Amino acid sequence: MPNRLTLSELTARLAKRQVSARETLQACLDRVRQVDGQIHAFLSHDAADALAQADAADRALAVGANHATQPLLGVPISLKDVLAVRGQPLGCASKILAGFVSPYSATVVEKLQAAGAVLFGRLNMDEFAMGSSTENSAYGATRNPWDPTRIPGGSSGGSAAAVAADECIATLGSDTGGSIRQPAALCGVVGLKPTYGRVSRYGLVAFASSLDQIGPFAKDVRDAALLLRVISGRDPRDSTSVPDPVPDYVAALNGNIRGIKLGLPKEYFIGGLDSEVSEAVRAAVRRLEELGAEIVEISLPHTEYAVAVYYIVATAEASANLARFDGIRYGLRVDGPTPFDLYCRTRGAGFGAEVKRRIILGTYVLSSGYYDAYYLRAQKVRTLIRQDFLRAFEKVDLIVTPTAPTAAFKAGEKAEDPMQMYLSDIFTISCNLAGTCGVSLPCGFTRSPRLPIGLQLLGKPLGEETLLRVAHAFEQATPWHKERAPIG
Amino acid sequence: MEIPHSALRTPHFSPHFPRLHSAGILAYSRAMAVTDFDVHYVADLARLELSPEEERKFGAQLGQVLGYIEKLSQLDVSQVQPTAHAVPLLNVTRADETQPSLPNEEALRNAPAKANGLFLVPKIVE
Repeated sequence: MPNRLTLSELTARLAKRQVSARETLQACLDRVRQVDGQIHAFLSHDAADALAQADAADRALAVGANHATQPLLGVPISLKDVLAVRGQPLGCASKILAGFVSPYSATVVEKLQAAGAVLFGRLNMDEFAMGSSTENSAYGATRNPWDPTRIPGGSSGGSAAAVAADECIATLGSDTGGSIRQPAALCGVVGLKPTYGRVSRYGLVAFASSLDQIGPFAKDVRDAALLLRVISGRDPRDSTSVPDPVPDYVAALNGNIRGIKLGLPKEYFIGGLDSEVSEAVRAAVRRLEELGAEIVEISLPHTEYAVAVYYIVATAEASANLARFDGIRYGLRVDGPTPFDLYCRTRGAGFGAEVKRRIILGTYVLSSGYYDAYYLRAQKVRTLIRQDFLRAFEKVDLIVTPTAPTAAFKAGEKAEDPMQMYLSDIFTISCNLAGTCGVSLPCGFTRSPRLPIGLQLLGKPLGEETLLRVAHAFEQATPWHKERAPIG
Repeated sequence: MEIPHSALRTPHFSPHFPRLHSAGILAYSRAMAVTDFDVHYVADLARLELSPEEERKFGAQLGQVLGYIEKLSQLDVSQVQPTAHAVPLLNVTRADETQPSLPNEEALRNAPAKANGLFLVPKIVE
């Protein structure tokens, strides 16, 4: 079944005309019909539009178009509902954007289209990317393909689940505090957060502008490297995108990691970490040593402050970014006698609980009298966290950690306790604050039930080549990436 | 610039994950909640209408979050500069040249209420 292939396997077969883009897309649509009732990764999809794109790809292949110039030609890829596609719904899984049709496409979408991808579907997420379980979607939760009584992680839960369930070949998500890496870990797929500025944010609905990055979910590291190469690059429409040239991330996967120094931060391996996660990650570290890497104990002393810093900085930025949803120019409008009433009623009716909580918190920490004690202080601690990483990267090439403290938890288990939910991002959050890059890849399973465990590698700013090379070497030396979720 | 290391205390909190056995970075204490947080006032600032039930619930939940956040006051940041952006890009500019922008009809396409090429809004000035 072509939907079960990796991107590399699929493009090889498309090139040899062993399978057509239409057959591939149809297999994905059949798979969606088969399993999405159980996992609800998709909010919507337009089958007719997708088949038309697939047919166009087949016509192009027939007249000599190839994957050297269009590396994603004919490949079905789906997008988190936070990325703008011209003429398609853009909802961020929120009621406040119900019915909104985007008048423009994100830069990453244009790049995927230029590379020949067949883009279909809107993937479920926590509303406005605020959450770690995809339970905050206004349109129902997504479930984990490995165990549908459990969450897939979040906020890009739909993006992770769709790849894990072979509903498409790869997806894009966004990561502000771990929203790519954590669901990737919980769903047993590869999830990559590029260095801040590596990928343009133009067309990504903003949550926290100094933390957000778009990144790929894929079935293996090579696929993720290829997608990163397609979507990266400076964009004049995003003044925070970096001008550095985009290397060939696929060519960087040369399998040689001898002498690479991997740092193990002692603060990440203390009590509270699930014993099976700890066991799997330690076994992964031993495997990396066998492959030639050198393990160095390091310290990231401000780790325990990262969640607190994040929930000040990210919520403050979110309170500003979400001020635009006021019922005037687009989206839901609930009328009132005055503009003030209109805003309050619209936003009260249109936003879910988690979004409201974070807007309130963000407004509070920026408000007069509290700005210095909270926001300014948090920005200073952010400097300390970033310094921890830069200091560590003077001694090591990469940092190795578990991605999440536990495997996938049960639906509803943390939904009523925001603080407990926030703490599930403890290992991923610092990376966004420091602005550097990170990847999660499968490194084992819990015994019973059989749930994926993720290994996180953190790289230097713009260090994705080394990051992906080590991830790829580990993956190819282990069986984890070959196992498929038993759903269906 | 010398960054002073903080005096780090390991907090003694009770665990809340079923499988956690000790404290440290993964736990927090309910006892530390902030209780005088005026949710209604802040919600007004944020133009959010809340039901009485939401006010009560969010007040309690955010009180706990604020209690957790208090740990930042343990650190000495007197010599530290704030980080607003992790990537040191400065003064990113472009030439002052007119570019095409979103056409009027496109901009109005999703408007809840419109007339004569304009967004309709409630009366602002009496």
